[in-house]
Amino acid sequence: MTEIGIRNVTKTFHVRDAAEPFTALSGVDLDVRAGEFLALVGPSGCGKSTLLDLVAGLTPPTSGQILTDGDPVTGPGLDRGVVFQQYALFPWRTAQANVEFGLEAKAVPRRERAARAREHLALVGLNGFEDRYPHELSGGMRQRVAIARSLAFDPDVLLMDEPFAALDAQTRESLQEELVRVWQHTGKTVIFITHGIDEAVYLGQRVAVMTSRPGRIKEVVEVAFDSREGDLRADPAFGEYRHHIWTLLRDEVAAAQVQEREVAISHG
Amino acid sequence: MADTRAALPGDLHWYDLPDDEADDSADEGAQDDARPPAARRRWLPAWLRRAGVNTVAVLLLLAAWEILPRTGVVDPVFVPPLSDDLAAWWDLLVTGSLPEHLGASLGRSLAGFGLAVVLAIPLGLLIGWYRPVADLLTPLLELFRNTSAVALLPVFTLILGIGEPAKVSFVLYACSWPILLNTISGVKTVEPLLVKSARSMGLGPFRLFQKVILPAAVPAIFTGVRLAGATSILVLLFAEMVGAKAGLGYLILDTQSSFRIPDMYAGIITISVLGLLLNLLLVAAERRFSTWRTT
Ligand SMILES: Nc1ncnc2c1ncn2[C@@H]1O[C@H](COP(=O)(O)OP(=O)(O)O)[C@@H](O)[C@H]1O
Ligand SMILES: [Mg+2]
Repeated sequence: MTEIGIRNVTKTFHVRDAAEPFTALSGVDLDVRAGEFLALVGPSGCGKSTLLDLVAGLTPPTSGQILTDGDPVTGPGLDRGVVFQQYALFPWRTAQANVEFGLEAKAVPRRERAARAREHLALVGLNGFEDRYPHELSGGMRQRVAIARSLAFDPDVLLMDEPFAALDAQTRESLQEELVRVWQHTGKTVIFITHGIDEAVYLGQRVAVMTSRPGRIKEVVEVAFDSREGDLRADPAFGEYRHHIWTLLRDEVAAAQVQEREVAISHG
Repeated sequence: MADTRAALPGDLHWYDLPDDEADDSADEGAQDDARPPAARRRWLPAWLRRAGVNTVAVLLLLAAWEILPRTGVVDPVFVPPLSDDLAAWWDLLVTGSLPEHLGASLGRSLAGFGLAVVLAIPLGLLIGWYRPVADLLTPLLELFRNTSAVALLPVFTLILGIGEPAKVSFVLYACSWPILLNTISGVKTVEPLLVKSARSMGLGPFRLFQKVILPAAVPAIFTGVRLAGATSILVLLFAEMVGAKAGLGYLILDTQSSFRIPDMYAGIITISVLGLLLNLLLVAAERRFSTWRTT
């Protein structure tokens, strides 16, 4: 199990034709506990995906530090697995071969690769679909393959960027349940970005709320239920958490909308 | 001769036709798999009807070719009836002169085409992948792609003489462009999210290229190869314009100038059937390597 430390992280981008760099994140501080399921919410454009890219090591922070188990992140690695909103499956590979991709990167022997890929496809309920190409699968199945791919190379940390946003409500709920099951079963540390407050409360042990751009952590809400049995969403506590996070977000979303309008006006 | 030269660019579009149809029917096939068997049975006559329509168009052309000269609507001296042309074709075949011309042309086409595949694919990958190389060469590529290969034919003759090297180089040059440009765009238009996803799994530049860029570019590369195949036949006539003693292009030009009109049409028929067959072959290969491409 791995803990993640995000220390006073700032990220700026150079934008073409702009004199000043564009600040996406400014002074983000967040500690994710080992084995924790942390949900991250914030208004659109506040820098959630940018923060995830930093933890994944895809880009370096402009200042500040990202630590996994106390060591600075220097680049991408198979200790962290990323699941993107648009699935990012390789269209020329079958479901099976997609799941094997990370295992090839990890230099797992061929035979073990095949076995582990099949096992993880079964874990997400896709046995019998090994030989299908992504375009032969539904959106929910594709995202299951993407999740299986990230689980198969056994990363300590799972980074998920609105993975269920493009799915219909039923598929989303069943995948949420499966994800909780897998997480409980594997004990991975998960950072899960979402714009759904319900989803955040349902999945997260804690929910981190970000401010509008430049993004910072506004508050981290501890979510605890007496029991996860039955319909969690009908629990009165669920409604209270939901309302609390909604209140935190409301002002930020309003601020983000004003920002967007200003950008739109300044660009003519 | 001036007429045929002017007609060349237009002919290029004609070669694209069978492919458009092929893509269409491939799509239908894919949809069909998802349909229940009952729908599949209904689909077959539609397919047959389509084949029927296509055959009808060709048969009409052939019938017109036979009848119009015979009835005097078209001057039979310039357009002899089809049966006369086919008789001439048969004579050329049995005397062994057609196989000789065919062999000479095929040798040039395949050599130029093969070399283009071997040279232009790696070059295209290099240009597409390394930004500095792309930035350096793009203006040059723009210039040359907009210059007809045929316009450069005299240059080839001047530098390489009138022997085989000039002819093969000319075919090579003409075939390289579709491959080069398609390969470059194939590499450049790889979905960035796939690159990001592969990078997140720790792939370095080399493995990224091998496992993501290359497979993603294969369909585009194959499109280029198929177009190059068509080009290799199309430019034969020009390649064999100067200093050739055999070849289908030579046959057509020589018979025209010595007024052996049925023989000329025999050559034209051969070259167009050859182009068609090569295209069918490459379309099949292209489809085989692009099964996953759905758009
Ligand atoms: N590579 C980049 N170059 C310039 N601006 C970027 C880049 N990536 C993200 N941004 C900007 O940073 C801000 C945060 O983006 P993002 O992290 O995608 O937001 P979120 O995921 O919270 O919706 C946005 O305004 C976006 O336009
Ligand atoms: Mg985002």
